[in-house]
Amino acid sequence: MYEFNYHRAKSVDEAVKTVKGASEGKFLAGGHTLIPTLKQRLARPSDLVDISAIRELQGISVAGGTVTIGACTRHGDVANSKDVQMAIPALAHLADTIGDPQVRNRGTIGGSIANSDPGADYPAAILGLGATIHTNKRTIEADKYFKGLFETALEDGELITKVTFPIADKAAYEKFAQPASRFALVGVFVSQGKAGVRVAVTGAGVCAFRVAEMEKALGAKFAPESVANIKVPSKGLNADIHGSAEYRAHLVTVMAKRAVAKANG
Amino acid sequence: MAANGIGVSVRRIEDYRFLTGRGTYTDDLNRPGQVHAFILRSPHARAKIKSIKTDKARRADGVIAVFTGADIEADQLGGLPCGWMVTDRHGKPMVEPAHPVIVKDEARHVGDQVAVVIAETRSQARDAAELITIDYQALPAIVSTGEAMSKSAPLVWDQAPQNLCYDWALGDQAAADAAFAKAAKVAKLDIVNNRLIPNAMEPRAAVGDYDAAKGHYTLHTTSQNPHVIRLLMSAYVLKVPEHKVRVNAPDVGGGFGSKIYHYAEEAIVTWASKKIGRPVKWTADRSESFMSDAHGRDHVTHAELALDQNGTFLAMKVSTTANMGAYLSTFAPCIPTYLYALLLAGVYTTPTIFCEVRAVFTNTVPVDAYRGAGRPEATFVVERLVDEAAKVTGLDPAEIRRRNFIPRNAFPYQTPVVVQYDSGDYQSTLDLALKGGDYAGFETRRAESAKRGKLRGIGLATYIEACGIAPSAVVGSVGARAGLYESAVIRVHPTGSVTVLTGSHSHGQGHETTFAQLVAERLGVDIANIEIVHGDTDKIPFGMGTYGSRSLAVGGSAMVKAMDKIIAKGKKIAAHLLEAAEADIEFKDGTFSVAGTDKKKALAEISGAAYVPHHYPINELEPGLEEQAFYDPANFTFPGGCHVCEVEIDQDTGTVNVVKFTAVDDVGRVINPMIVEGQVQGGLAQGIGQALLEGCVYDQKSGQLVTGSYMDYTMPRADNLPSFTVSTHNTLCTHNPLGVKGVGEVGAIGSPAAVMNAVHNALAPLGITRIDMPATAERVWKAINGAPRRAAE
Repeated sequence: MYEFNYHRAKSVDEAVKTVKGASEGKFLAGGHTLIPTLKQRLARPSDLVDISAIRELQGISVAGGTVTIGACTRHGDVANSKDVQMAIPALAHLADTIGDPQVRNRGTIGGSIANSDPGADYPAAILGLGATIHTNKRTIEADKYFKGLFETALEDGELITKVTFPIADKAAYEKFAQPASRFALVGVFVSQGKAGVRVAVTGAGVCAFRVAEMEKALGAKFAPESVANIKVPSKGLNADIHGSAEYRAHLVTVMAKRAVAKANG
Repeated sequence: MAANGIGVSVRRIEDYRFLTGRGTYTDDLNRPGQVHAFILRSPHARAKIKSIKTDKARRADGVIAVFTGADIEADQLGGLPCGWMVTDRHGKPMVEPAHPVIVKDEARHVGDQVAVVIAETRSQARDAAELITIDYQALPAIVSTGEAMSKSAPLVWDQAPQNLCYDWALGDQAAADAAFAKAAKVAKLDIVNNRLIPNAMEPRAAVGDYDAAKGHYTLHTTSQNPHVIRLLMSAYVLKVPEHKVRVNAPDVGGGFGSKIYHYAEEAIVTWASKKIGRPVKWTADRSESFMSDAHGRDHVTHAELALDQNGTFLAMKVSTTANMGAYLSTFAPCIPTYLYALLLAGVYTTPTIFCEVRAVFTNTVPVDAYRGAGRPEATFVVERLVDEAAKVTGLDPAEIRRRNFIPRNAFPYQTPVVVQYDSGDYQSTLDLALKGGDYAGFETRRAESAKRGKLRGIGLATYIEACGIAPSAVVGSVGARAGLYESAVIRVHPTGSVTVLTGSHSHGQGHETTFAQLVAERLGVDIANIEIVHGDTDKIPFGMGTYGSRSLAVGGSAMVKAMDKIIAKGKKIAAHLLEAAEADIEFKDGTFSVAGTDKKKALAEISGAAYVPHHYPINELEPGLEEQAFYDPANFTFPGGCHVCEVEIDQDTGTVNVVKFTAVDDVGRVINPMIVEGQVQGGLAQGIGQALLEGCVYDQKSGQLVTGSYMDYTMPRADNLPSFTVSTHNTLCTHNPLGVKGVGEVGAIGSPAAVMNAVHNALAPLGITRIDMPATAERVWKAINGAPRRAAE
């Protein structure tokens, strides 16, 4: 990697200020995308601002029908949280499918969704539960957050502080892992709650997206057979050596069906 | 039997240092004044190098030197030599292009080394490399094995028309044709043996350290065979006196073949150390390993088997195209010829076999031996073809195998493809594996899987391999430029403890334990008093190293020979001390005794007398108790066995899961059953990896390595594998003193065919006849969806 200045911020304000003051500043959370990128010399930030010591970005709480997860909370902590397991077991399960134990002990929810890798798991839960992303400036609804390939609604120097998830009546996540990286080749998160049915897909497209046709069908009847014959168009989906666009489109249906069955218990 | 002797599952002695982080790997070695090399590699599959500008890099912080192909040429360094000459079917030698240490005019694969930067730190070297400006003229490249000989394929080497390295054949084509003409049935098969990237846990590394005061070169390197590297590098590349070169391969974290070869980086750091007067270290990062370690396999094959009415094999014809990559790696030419075609008889009495192999150059990383090397490819052809034969004859796969097995009483058995098998019991390993894997109960399990919507399949492979490599005269007659003996020194110290020097090299196999057990058994010395030394050419006698499952069969046999000399000398000393005739001295469990009396001397007393020869037959016998032996095997060894695999396929996604795997292997005498089981399990993981997960992918147009990291190259992991049921049913090798055959490769040799036979068995009800390795989920899903019949759900 190239040389950079390292800062360890103690507060959100300090972190944001330091990033803004740098010629090319980057927040560093778990570093599970950023550090490999630096090692391969694919990025050259002037300054890294480590936010992992900021207390207000840590922790999980459940209250008033909402699960709140601090941006720097590690995947492993979400997966092992009794509170999350009780409130939204599908979310704990999703966190438990991310990477391997080493990744789960370092990677954070804020880092995952700020990066918005097309194969990341968390975006499926964000969209699939209709979560709200809180930053140092504002709150962003899930539906307005994911914009494209590695592209989100976040502005330069804007820092995610926490994510709030409404507790659904039913929810499940089914993932077909890319065999080498274990990212989601296709992951589907389904939920049924106060705001209705949501079906969110990760891995298949440039970023996570919802499938309106499936949501409608499940709204009428929340059962696997409701989505069994609904195919998303393959046009525009990701394609690589692990799966063509057609295969991914097919897997969206299979994973949706399985997720609904699982949500129904 | 000694307490920790032959047949005991002694815990691995070396594991204490590995598990506590106290191993010493090449990258752990740091020499005073050491600097770091970064190798700049070609980003193009094929490109002319029109110019290289290095001035800025030379002026960069910390940079000591920048070298290019011009510097190598100016110093008249030789190219990396190839250790095997294959002569083609017309008597023509293979095309053997120069393999420069650093290329000067043209890069021929992504990763080809084009310059080296040496700086105070690794980062500085890498930073400076970005300041080198190279004017490349990218040229069309060929990466496909199957397409390499086509008219439209660009030529990797002008001197190799059609990209052909050699067009080799073995066997009597006319006799094979005649047998096919009379055949009642013919089974046919088109298969691909997928290209693999070895991925040893430890990336390659090298430290060159030139001592100007003595004119002495030291190379510390991640090698499976330090003496071979010393010979090749000193005699052919650096052209410096061999006795002035020390090659040390300390702890090495896995090789699987990829660390046999002499690589450019070894020569670069050794040469550069002298040029700049400081020790030079290079350590590959993982991305470099993907594009610079020799790859494995990569065959495209058409095969046919002629059968009579009863399913008896009459003749086999095999036509293979084998990818060599851009250059010939050290042993590359012999892998798809002498380690492949010679195994095509398998365990069967097929009387006539004809095999032709065309080796082709492509703009890819060189391909060479990888765990099994040629034998997994042969087994895959034979065992898939036998399953096809079962299909065309309507016989059960187990039954058609039984009908064609070489019978127990037919050994030694001369095959039509040169080799003579010494021992084996194929019926029993098959029977035991079928019983262990509950072959009879399979249909019940298939029905149970079907209830869950899953397709279940079972597959067999009754494989054989040739290892314990190899009789020097035999390999020499077919082009080897080296002998394949092994060396050992047994050094009994004055107090009776023992140091063993071996030319074999351990890089994960547990030699320090297995060899110690062997010595403990033979000399009656506790293994705590035995030390195994390997890897350093300044310590050990000239040895050929470890590959081809040879270390115990060849290296262990050398130890036995040396120990026999120790015992013979010890008897002479004992006879003198005990005032008895030498012929009356017996040696057992570490004690020399006079037959029929209670007069005896322990080994330590004998060694004490040998080194303090006050009362000693000094006129007849030299002092000391140290013996050396070289052992050149009389034949290959032939491990074999039966692997039974059961898979379950998810029709919705195409995912193949191995749900049951039973291996019964015949590996000859077992020294340490736990290590043997570990070797088999590791081999099975690699074989299953090849069958279902691993596959090197190059972009057909650009020649870029698509599977250049673990993001895209699928290594097998624990959750991809079932709990294996592993056992042995051993017949002894008849021509080495231990009766051992070898176990390092068997797991990787038998398993791909067993897995793929199971996959085909599972998909047969849908009318699917061909799935190539790796049988990835999408590949299987596509086959299911394009299948003539979809199974009833």
